Amino acid sequence: MLTEYQTVQSISGPLMLVEGVSDARYGEMVEIQIGDGSTRHGQILQVDGQKVLVQVFEGTEGIDIDSSIVRLLGKPQQLAVSPDILGRVFSGTGKPIDGGAEIIAEKFLNINGNPINPYSRDYPNEFIQTGISTIDGLNPLVRGQKLPIFSGSGLPHDEITAQLARQATVLGKGEQFAVVFAAMGITFEAAQFFINDLESTGAIERAVLFINLANDPAIERIATPRVALTAAEYLAFDRDMHVLVILNDMTNYCEALRQISAARKEVPGRRGYPGYLYTDLATIYERAGRIKKKKGSITMVPVLTMPEDDKTHPVPDLTGYITEGQIILSRSLNRKAIAPPVDVLPSLSRLKDKGIGKDKTREDHADLYNQLYSAYARGKECQELATILGEAALSDEDRKYMIFANEFEKRYISQGYYDNRTIEQTLDLGWELLSMFEDTELKRIRVEFIKKYMKRK
Amino acid sequence: MAELKTGTIVKVAGPVVIAKGMLGSKMYDVVRVSKHNLIGEIVELKGDTASIQVYEDTVSIGPGEPVVNTGAPLSVELGPGLIESIYDGIQRPLDELYKAQGNYILRGSQLPGLNREKRWHFKPVIGNGTEVSPGDVIGEVQESSILLHKIMIPAGISGKIEELNEGDYTVEQKIAVVHSGNGTHEIKMMQKWPVRLGRTSKKRLSPNAILQTGQRVIDTFFPIAKGGTACVPGPFGTGKTVVQHQLAKWVDADVVVYVGCGERGNEMTDVLTEFPELKDPRSGEPLMKRSVLIANTSDMPVAAREASVYTGITIAEYFRDMGYTVALMADSTSRWAEAMREISTRLEEMPAEEGYPAYLAARIASFYERAGRIDCLGKPEREGALSIIGAVSPPGGDLSDSVVQATLHVVKVFWSLMARLAQQRHFPAIDWLTSYSFYKQYLPGCYKDKQEGLEMVELTQQAMNLLEQESQLAEIVRLVGSEAISPADRMVLQTAKSIREDYLHQNAFHEVDTYTSMEKQFQMLKNIIHFHGKALEAINNDVETADIFKLGVWEDISRSSFVPEEQIEQVVKIRDKIDEQIGSLGAVKK
Repeated sequence: MLTEYQTVQSISGPLMLVEGVSDARYGEMVEIQIGDGSTRHGQILQVDGQKVLVQVFEGTEGIDIDSSIVRLLGKPQQLAVSPDILGRVFSGTGKPIDGGAEIIAEKFLNINGNPINPYSRDYPNEFIQTGISTIDGLNPLVRGQKLPIFSGSGLPHDEITAQLARQATVLGKGEQFAVVFAAMGITFEAAQFFINDLESTGAIERAVLFINLANDPAIERIATPRVALTAAEYLAFDRDMHVLVILNDMTNYCEALRQISAARKEVPGRRGYPGYLYTDLATIYERAGRIKKKKGSITMVPVLTMPEDDKTHPVPDLTGYITEGQIILSRSLNRKAIAPPVDVLPSLSRLKDKGIGKDKTREDHADLYNQLYSAYARGKECQELATILGEAALSDEDRKYMIFANEFEKRYISQGYYDNRTIEQTLDLGWELLSMFEDTELKRIRVEFIKKYMKRK
Repeated sequence: MAELKTGTIVKVAGPVVIAKGMLGSKMYDVVRVSKHNLIGEIVELKGDTASIQVYEDTVSIGPGEPVVNTGAPLSVELGPGLIESIYDGIQRPLDELYKAQGNYILRGSQLPGLNREKRWHFKPVIGNGTEVSPGDVIGEVQESSILLHKIMIPAGISGKIEELNEGDYTVEQKIAVVHSGNGTHEIKMMQKWPVRLGRTSKKRLSPNAILQTGQRVIDTFFPIAKGGTACVPGPFGTGKTVVQHQLAKWVDADVVVYVGCGERGNEMTDVLTEFPELKDPRSGEPLMKRSVLIANTSDMPVAAREASVYTGITIAEYFRDMGYTVALMADSTSRWAEAMREISTRLEEMPAEEGYPAYLAARIASFYERAGRIDCLGKPEREGALSIIGAVSPPGGDLSDSVVQATLHVVKVFWSLMARLAQQRHFPAIDWLTSYSFYKQYLPGCYKDKQEGLEMVELTQQAMNLLEQESQLAEIVRLVGSEAISPADRMVLQTAKSIREDYLHQNAFHEVDTYTSMEKQFQMLKNIIHFHGKALEAINNDVETADIFKLGVWEDISRSSFVPEEQIEQVVKIRDKIDEQIGSLGAVKK
């Protein structure tokens, strides 16, 4: 039934060129049987007449030109799904690695998915309470949003994602919730930290994990986020669950993509990344969302480490252009032992305005965060000024803002990884901090809200 | 009908497919690829092989499958039914696709751009027997509550018109015939036009009026003209899309074409849910009644993204030709350029800077040149205008990026978005020191009262001067502290701050602040400048600046952006309060 070819022409890096293939299709999966009898998998990247270029997922070590046999499987890469995937651990390409049985498929889904018709999307506007003030109060996350964490080496993004997975709830609703975790090239320790955290709270029952560790084949990582999202789409739109997808770490994914691109001798874009990096990332990130008439949703939190904390590096830069905001971690706050060290000023949630306000969180929410932002921004400037000129040189007003910024960091931003604050607690804390200013200075807040919510001692 | 040419696929590499046996094909002919019927366009011809840019995902396509040439270039359907539509990059109606196929866009879908069943009431405006030529308006259709769709004679047809009757027709039915020397042509309400070709006009004219947007920083300092071009570059998170949305909502254009090119799906959903509910401040009708949306989000195929801006501009030109003022927003042209780059790479063309094709600048320039104010083709005499506002998303916010540079060569208005301002939550984050506009001279025309118009120009110059001075003084203050500068300079800082925070800052999500009329802009700015003048006088009379800064009227000034348009006299009254309060300070001194 399946056609076999023993016509491998060349192997270079992760790529293999096979000749004399007559019925290949672009994007199709192939199986490679190598000399020692074991098999590997690959995908067709280009078909040119009878020449086929194959990308080998598990690496090309040990493959020879003579004896390798290539089988065309006649289908694109698929994932077997069923409700039984919950609580299981899979490899980066979707094979069970927890010692359990194979999944008996309810159906097979193409891991590339299809673009969502923008017309069929439902606007994300349901507030998710994460219990983290800097997110809930200043950069609210809503269901169906994609909000990445821009981190750096040595910053505690693992703790934050674990806290998110543990605490995220939608107010006043008891709906089904699931976590899909895709690990791409992270260390065993980091993956285990997350798994242990899920186990300790029992959340592992409602989680699906796809693990590609740092020593697993890099090329496999190209499939990992797609496999994970296929599982998430199944749970969200076939099984009506609210799915939180955590992709950790997208920088490793992009590096794998760059590796393939370099092996294909493509014209590189910035820093050697391929010119289509934006499009490629978009086909991953845009799979988050809500769909009309469907109960479930996919909320996505990709994690990426910025090389040298550089926000303009192609990976964070292109990610920021696709995702709906970003949470940026700050090394200087981390040094001050402020946890979680969320850098408030450059962080942003684009969908915040639709998820908050009356009947969602509280009517004063929007005005309040605008005011906190501008006061903190000014306070930060004064902090810097004080380090240059000395505190004595500040005017009274500037000093007040500086004190505000210090307090804000100590009490509002810093809360630790196990404090689960309700949105009311977060909002009230904001008012409490602002109470050091006169009403007339609170220009961003409507007068009626000041009257209603400001409690002065 | 001519016989369709069929070739065979030999190579597939992502969105580019190469087929042989294509002799006789023309560049930019539309082809149908493989048994899945994918839509593609010929972008290169070599002997009998053709390179095809495919508008849909090419997975599972392989050599040996057929390619059928339709013999026509990529075209859009023009006629009643465009308004309120939402299309993908190649004019497939997304709402119809949703009804037909569900939540995802599947491959090979074919749906016409204009609804074939819907009947429109057509009313002739000329009589039978009239001599007509291309562009002549022969009748009208009330397409939406605010848009009167004019039916024009398509290109290449002229002669005597007959059988022109009022009635209800679908877009494909005959509404008249034209007899000419070389035969008889049926006239239908629908016509087609190739997207890569600009529509013809009688004559190009220079812009002469401001396109009002209700956004204070834009209208007052960096206005765009009807028929003008503008670009909004900025790093992510600086509010490019919010600026574009605000313009799409509030510009005083008859028709708005919004092209979401390679951007977020949820943003298009936002437009789709908001526009039907928001009311146009001038007509009071839902904004959707004057809008056409093109949505090719970033997860949709890259080749269709390349086509989407052309689809959008051709539709916009069609409405311009009816004699309307049209505004086109393209968000983002960087994604369009990237699509060009991706296809160019797959064609193995020699790259120029950053991997972009060498023809990038030429394509960008010719796109923006399709904007303009024109004398429309045909009778009756009418003027149309098409403005283009393009967002640019440079990597890392770096303005030396090829797309930004190529765009700045051609556009006349530059709104520079700054990450620093966005971080301070100063929105719109348009930097007043680096942005520019070449259309400022038309500002007085926005005011009925000529004197007021001239005064407004005066006010904007004074305000800009203050902002300039502030930027210089700020450096000194940083070094020596604010106590060390003169009281007059301190006043400059205070007024400039007020201009920034109370005037330039505008909250797009506040129901009143989101739109400010030209009259209210004038009154608001006048208050601030008036205060400054009075305050300087007082300082000359030895009044302490600290006392001036404490005056209660500041609060009125800062909250005047929230005063509804109907209560504009409240804003005017603030001036009396200023005189009174500053006067009282002077009185105490004496």
